Order: sequence, then C-alpha cells, then structure tokens
Amino acid sequence: MRALLSLALWFAVWEVAGRLQLSSIVPPFSAVIEAAFTVVPTEKFRGAAVISLRSFGIGMALAIAVGIPLGILMARARSIGRILGMWVNIFVSAPISALVPLLMAVVGIGETTVVVTVFLFAVFVITLDTQVGIDHADRSLVEMARSFGARPAQLYGKVLILSALPEILAGLRLGAIRGVKGVVIGQLLVAIIGVGELFELYSNHFLMEEFWALVIIVFLFAFAVSEAIALLERRVEYYASNR
Amino acid sequence: MSEAIVEVKGIGKTYEGGVEALREVDLAFPAGKLSTLLGPSGCGKTTLLKIIAGLIPHDAGEVRVKGRKVHGPGPERAFVFQDFALLPWASVLRNVAFGLELRGVAREERERVARRYIDEVGLKGFEERHPSELSGGMKQRVGLARALTVDADIILMDEPFSSVDEQTRRKFQEDLLELLRHRQKTVIFVTHSIEEAAYLSDQIVLLTPRPGTVSRIVRPAVDRSRSPDEIRRDRNYLDTVDDIWGTLRQYV
Repeated sequence: MRALLSLALWFAVWEVAGRLQLSSIVPPFSAVIEAAFTVVPTEKFRGAAVISLRSFGIGMALAIAVGIPLGILMARARSIGRILGMWVNIFVSAPISALVPLLMAVVGIGETTVVVTVFLFAVFVITLDTQVGIDHADRSLVEMARSFGARPAQLYGKVLILSALPEILAGLRLGAIRGVKGVVIGQLLVAIIGVGELFELYSNHFLMEEFWALVIIVFLFAFAVSEAIALLERRVEYYASNR
Repeated sequence: MSEAIVEVKGIGKTYEGGVEALREVDLAFPAGKLSTLLGPSGCGKTTLLKIIAGLIPHDAGEVRVKGRKVHGPGPERAFVFQDFALLPWASVLRNVAFGLELRGVAREERERVARRYIDEVGLKGFEERHPSELSGGMKQRVGLARALTVDADIILMDEPFSSVDEQTRRKFQEDLLELLRHRQKTVIFVTHSIEEAAYLSDQIVLLTPRPGTVSRIVRPAVDRSRSPDEIRRDRNYLDTVDDIWGTLRQYV
C-alpha cells in the first residue's frame, strides 16, 4: 500500500514536470504510458523483445549451467576453491561492461556478444553464492548421509544442494538482475540488435515518450524476474532458519 | 560376557595441527549389550565413536565389526547424532525413512517400516511434521527411529540426550532401555554424564583426557529388569556412580 502510494506520488510529480516542459527529455508520464501502448504491438518491438529474451535466456542458462557446478566444485575441492576464489571475487565486483568492446572484437558484433555479456554478468555471483551455500551446508547432515551409506550422487542430490538452496536461489536472483543489465548494456554497445537498437533509435530521433516507455518495460521485466525468484526463496526460507 | 561384536585394537588418532586425541585404545564391545564411553570433555570419546562408525579415519590400529576389518560406514552400524542431523526440508516420515531411501528401498515399503518405528518411539501423529515444529526431545526420537529403521545390529549414539532438558532426558533414557530390552541390539553410547552411564550401561569405559586412553572398565551389577525408580535407588547403581566419580575426579 505504501509502495503504491509512493509510486503514485512520483508519477504525479513526473506528470507535472512533464507538463511544465521543464526539460525536453522529460515528457509527461501519461504520454509515456500512451507511447508504451503504441510501441508494444509493433513488429519492431516484438522482434526486439524476442531477440533480447533469447539472449537473456541463453546467457542465463549458460551462467547457471557453469556457475552452480563450479561453485560446488570450489566448495568441495579446497585447492580449486583457493585458486579460483580470488578470480571469482575480482570478477564479481569488476565492471564487466568494460570488456564488451573486447568481446565484440573477439566474437563479432551480434547476438553472441550479448549472450556472452549476459553470461559474464551473471555467472560470478551465481558461482560465489553456490560456493558459500555448499560451504555452509550442515556438516552433520553430510556425516549423517555418509553414515547411512549415501553414494556421492546421493550426497549431492539429496543433501548438499538442497541444503545450499537458499544461497543458490539468492545467487540466481542477483545473477538474473545482473543478466538483465547485461542484455541492455550488451545490446546498447553492439547497438544494432534488440532492445539496444530500439534505445538507440528512440534517442537518436528524440522520441522521448517511446524511450521512457521502453525504460519502464525493461525495469518491469527485471523486477518481475527478481520477484519470481524471491517468491521461490521465501518458500525455502525455513531451511535457513533451521540450520 | 557375550562375544564381542565390535573390537577396537591399538587405535590412535592425531588431528591435523598435532592434537593427539586417542592413543593405543584396545576395547571389546559385547554383542547385545549397552556400552558407554565416558570421560571429561576432550577425552576423544566422540572421536572414538566416529572412528568406529567409519566417519573419521584413524591413524593407527584397526576396527573390527563381526570379525571383519572396516574402513568406512556399513549397514550393520547406525548412528544417532548429538545435534539430531535431521533434514530440515523433509517430514518426520521422510527423515525416519531416509536410511532406507539411500539404500534404494521402494517408497511404499520404506514408509511402512518407518511408520512402525515412528510409532515405537512415541511420535505417532507427527509423521507429516517438519523438524522445525518439534522439540529437541522429539527431534532425537526421530533420530533414534531413523537408526532403528535400517535394522542395524549396532547403534552408535553420540551424546544423544545432551541438548534436551532433564525431564525429557530421563523419560528418553527409560524409553531407550524399554526399546532395547527385547532387541538384540548392541549399543555404544557416548556421554559425559556419570548417572546416565550408570543407569543405562552394561559396560562403562572410562577414558583419560588428551590423549584418550582406556583408564578403567566398569561393569555395573544393576538389575535392569526393575522399574526406573527402583534402579535409581539401587545400592549398586549408587555405588557405581560414586566409584566412577572417584576415578574421574582426578582428571577434571
């Protein structure tokens, strides 16, 4: 309720600022919403959305497929954890955007660059959180499983991964948020595909209503992805309180 | 006494960093009896129990179960943990059946067996609850039921009652004796409570502090067919407590 009120207030301020024509880059909020309804049904937007979602999906899938096993490996094999830990920690806080121009030179200017950007944005935080989760997994649960004759696959599938699920989900949520940034930044820098192309198009032609409409749509998408994972996290919350 | 089912010969253990936990420990645990490992904190009693369980590797000596040398956990031994070690995301039923689940027993069969032991430890009606909804005493009953469900001959218990309150503890001790009375289970029990050891045990192993070695073996002549209250007022029981304290006080 408070959140809605706060939103309403800001939209009202935005609307007034837009109508007063304080700045040419701030159109009234109502005009932005109107633009959203005209932008969304267009072929151009649909194409951009499909290509962006595809890059996001592939990049995230790769980040999960690499990040979770790597995190587990780093937690279980101390020596690997020590060797890779430093690098993961550096990259998790490094401005990956700076690498995108380099990527363009290596993998070309196109969708692949965006996929790799999403991957790089998301993979390190997923790795790190998985490692922490497995590291903090209850040691006596591991002993318990071993004492009842668990094979390694059972130890991972029935105990370790479930035990680390709260941290893994937190990593996925943060990774997904970063992944959305990765799509936008990657596409902006590549500038000829997807949502990035639309952003370029709108700002070059000074279509501010459409520009802001697109910003809001991307924000909403990132928020929705994050909330969906947060919902899952709340379902497994009792794990954490139980350790 | 009856034949030894678990034998420990010349066991030594030094932890990383040079702490010597156990030195030259020789012990025999008679089949169908309850033996207690008793000693002050840091005497290596839990280490010894976990070596017998195959959870911790030893540096010297050997562990024999039913005459065969063992190097890891085995189906003839089941462990009851001090901190219960229950899966927080699983129901009581699944926790109790977990040992059988790991062995690949079909769901229907393992749940049928699990329900029987849940009933026996007095948790009927709690099958679908999760560990977070149970008290400490109830959690340990789940741990005990889980160990009974796999039908191991040897049950290893690591201070199972140390994190439950005194009333629960007494009731649990009485129930444990009752549960064991009609079964041919060998129990190896770690505790730091002299009363608990004297009340429960056929054989009490007193360990010295760091490095742990066998100080004495006491076999209380307490008639366990009598009621719990009679046992606690039994002359032999009280003498055993005093006797053990006489030995242990020099280590504290």
